[in-house]
Amino acid sequence: MNTSHALPRWADLVLLPIVCLGVALLVAAAVVAMVGQNPAEVIAVLIQGAFGSARGLSYTLYYTTTFIFTGLAVAVAFHGGLFNIGGEGQAIMGGLGTGLVALWFSATLPAWVMLPLMLLAGALFGLVWAAVPAYLQAYRGSHVVITTIMFNFIASTLLVYLLVNHLRPAGTMSVESVAFSESAKLPNMRTAMAWVGIDWPASPLNVSLFLALLAALAVYLYLWRTRGGYHLRAVGSSPGAAEYAGINSRHQIVIGMSISGALAGMVGMNEIAGVNGRLLLEFVSGAGFTGIAVALMGRNHPFGIILASILFGALFQGGAEVAFEVRGFSRDMVIMLQGFIVLFSGAMVYVIAPRLAWLLAFSNRVFHLRTQTPKSGAAHG
Amino acid sequence: MIQAHGASLCCGLLHGDCQVFEESILSVVSGASFNGATVAVRMTGINKRFGAVAANADVDLCVQAATVHGIVGENGAGKSTLMSVLYGFYQADSGAIEVFGHPATIRNADDAIAQGIGMVHQHFMLVDTLTALENVMLGAEPHWLLQRADQQVRAKLETLMQATGLHVKLDVLVADLPVGDRQRLEILKTLYRGAKILILDEPTAVLTPQETEQLFEVLRLLRKQGTTVILITHKLKEVMRLCDHVTVMRAGRVVEEVPIAQASIEGLAEAMVGRKVHIGRVDGDARPTENVLLQANGVIVRDAMNVVRLAGLNLALRAGEIVGVAGVSGNGQSELLDVLSGLIQPTEGHLSLGGRDFDAASWLDPQTARELGLAHVPEDRHARALVMEFAAWESAALGYDGLPEYSTLGWLAQDHMRQATADMMERFDVRPRDVELASSKFSGGNQQKLVLARELGQMPKVLLVGQPTRGVDIGAIEFIYSQLRAMRDAGCAVLVVSSELDEILALSDRVIVMNQGRVTGELAIGECTESGLGMLMVGEGE
Repeated sequence: MNTSHALPRWADLVLLPIVCLGVALLVAAAVVAMVGQNPAEVIAVLIQGAFGSARGLSYTLYYTTTFIFTGLAVAVAFHGGLFNIGGEGQAIMGGLGTGLVALWFSATLPAWVMLPLMLLAGALFGLVWAAVPAYLQAYRGSHVVITTIMFNFIASTLLVYLLVNHLRPAGTMSVESVAFSESAKLPNMRTAMAWVGIDWPASPLNVSLFLALLAALAVYLYLWRTRGGYHLRAVGSSPGAAEYAGINSRHQIVIGMSISGALAGMVGMNEIAGVNGRLLLEFVSGAGFTGIAVALMGRNHPFGIILASILFGALFQGGAEVAFEVRGFSRDMVIMLQGFIVLFSGAMVYVIAPRLAWLLAFSNRVFHLRTQTPKSGAAHG
Repeated sequence: MIQAHGASLCCGLLHGDCQVFEESILSVVSGASFNGATVAVRMTGINKRFGAVAANADVDLCVQAATVHGIVGENGAGKSTLMSVLYGFYQADSGAIEVFGHPATIRNADDAIAQGIGMVHQHFMLVDTLTALENVMLGAEPHWLLQRADQQVRAKLETLMQATGLHVKLDVLVADLPVGDRQRLEILKTLYRGAKILILDEPTAVLTPQETEQLFEVLRLLRKQGTTVILITHKLKEVMRLCDHVTVMRAGRVVEEVPIAQASIEGLAEAMVGRKVHIGRVDGDARPTENVLLQANGVIVRDAMNVVRLAGLNLALRAGEIVGVAGVSGNGQSELLDVLSGLIQPTEGHLSLGGRDFDAASWLDPQTARELGLAHVPEDRHARALVMEFAAWESAALGYDGLPEYSTLGWLAQDHMRQATADMMERFDVRPRDVELASSKFSGGNQQKLVLARELGQMPKVLLVGQPTRGVDIGAIEFIYSQLRAMRDAGCAVLVVSSELDEILALSDRVIVMNQGRVTGELAIGECTESGLGMLMVGEGE
């Protein structure tokens, strides 16, 4: 009951996540030390691996791209008061849409038609995959958390079925489609940078990074600058007030989830059109769930989500380096580190925030005493 | 003498081995004579700051044992903070507390209970899915076998109920208890735990006039039996009726402390606000016309359980009049507001508004209602009128974001919205004047002023107002009343629903009384008496 100190906005948005991250790293370091490794070395290798070279950075940003899409997807739904656990399935369906269009048309259509078409198809498939649970929630009362989880399983088995039975070329053993024609491949960052005369190392990073940043900007504008976003947020924060304002909350549930699904569906542009150039299994590999952690850590704000995506991208890339470089350090340890970060920036925020607020208030008071400028009582009540 | 009283009581209730209970009843009924002290609580020099705000500044409070002591003040005056310090929710920055003459350190609610201090909060702390009995023993089960605990607690409670007149059905789920019973249960719970000093925070806010009267009877009896009652309230009438002493707080300080014999409602109101206030009736300006702006006929509303909430209601609102709807809460007033503003659909009925006709098959929706010049200040400010997480400027456009000055082609005109909000705040004196502040951070009165500014801003023809001053400071009440009268004088038809009869009497030109979804009476203001309305409210009028 003693939560009398509120955090100032800057501290809430900047200081608090940093403190949470620091605590997570400290605890992870303690665990690393407990298993007999040198935490300093591990962290050094991790940071070096993620940011130390152009190639490492490139891989980090490649992971970041996918996380931005799935993180935004979770955040948009969250602003509408909905918990979209189905980012994984929506991303799979998005990839499927992207891939199908590429398989069908890439031989005949040029890239400037093909790529927008693939983007649209991916977004549309993701959208539909989210709109069905949204409809069930809005008009039938089936909880969106349950239905989106179920839709993840359906999406993943549907992809397996299609690949194994229909899309796999006859006679091949591996479960993947034929490669797309060149017109269906998104330019690699090495290629794109070469256009402006920069030498960039080869990596999976491609121009869909810019697409992700554009999507983040679009989400920001939609949520805070348009009537649609205003209505969505009203429904999410106060269904009663939204009803009073004449906003149809059922429509908003469907709209919010649809946008969410479309964003998740764009993952296909990075993974299918950008990296693999063919349709295959496991291209999402948990990014839909990581998106929940990303949105949580990014406080559901597009800018925060970009930062959190970079952090998680760095963890993936740096973690892989650590597992490779440091003997006896397995990939599981990296997953543990991610677990701590999610725990401390998600669940433990409410434990850390009041203490931080108290500390700030205390230091403010000390500062005020020293400068001898007692503030006059502000309007209260 | 009080000792003797306690002893005789105990003789009547001895049940063999209930030693602990004997003590607790003794302490309930003999609080005043505890250690021979006559001062139950003495707080001296209490200071409590929150950041730059001094919530309590050098507050002294002395509560005589076996009295009812009122603490009044506007929201944010520091009365709740002071009680939170006494009850251990907050630690004072400096100051001392004595309970029955002994210095007391109260760090948490457990310490407070150990000192014999119990608190009944404005929002009840009860578990809906447990029975009354289970709620009382929750956290204080006398035996690990629930059945044994049940028997012991039941025996004690029944004697306690006998002694205090606080009767509650022990085996009913709290969810099924009426509000008045829940409050009695809360008091019973604190007494059961041995409270000799009872703090009540705005106890009558949710009660009907009848329930309020019952509560006061109980409190008078408890006082007679030696319990000390501290009553936090903003209803001065109740202070005058019940209290022995009253402390007035303003801006964190005690500005007045007088025996009730020397207090008057006007004097207390002035002390609370710091200037002369008038919240009574202002006669004269009403010029009702025959111009009917809203006409509802035969409106029947059923709730989700198919229970009839409005039973064939007829209503006409004319330009230039304020119509007050009186009634005990829950007799269809809320449904009346909701159905007229399009928030709920009737099963039958007809409505004319702004030249359009609606029937049950195609009822109006809130957006259409607004477009036809109907504004609605909802009863529930927190759940309906404002989005608490939104900045003030976002909440100030709620329902009006489609206006051309607020948006173009789906894009919000943020600068215009901020400017419009700043103007509203200026005109309606909303403090602080910060358009970026979250709606939840304003006090109740300022939130209400912001809602009024929004709803009056588009010059509506029909204005529906639910509980215009619930949780609003006395200074702001005066302002809100004058705004509503100004709307009427400008030719608006105003419908006011309020659970405060005084408010109805102060504002209305015509009064409608509702009981069980029906209109049981309609009176011109000149014909209204409090007792006459009271009879109609319980459905016993002519």
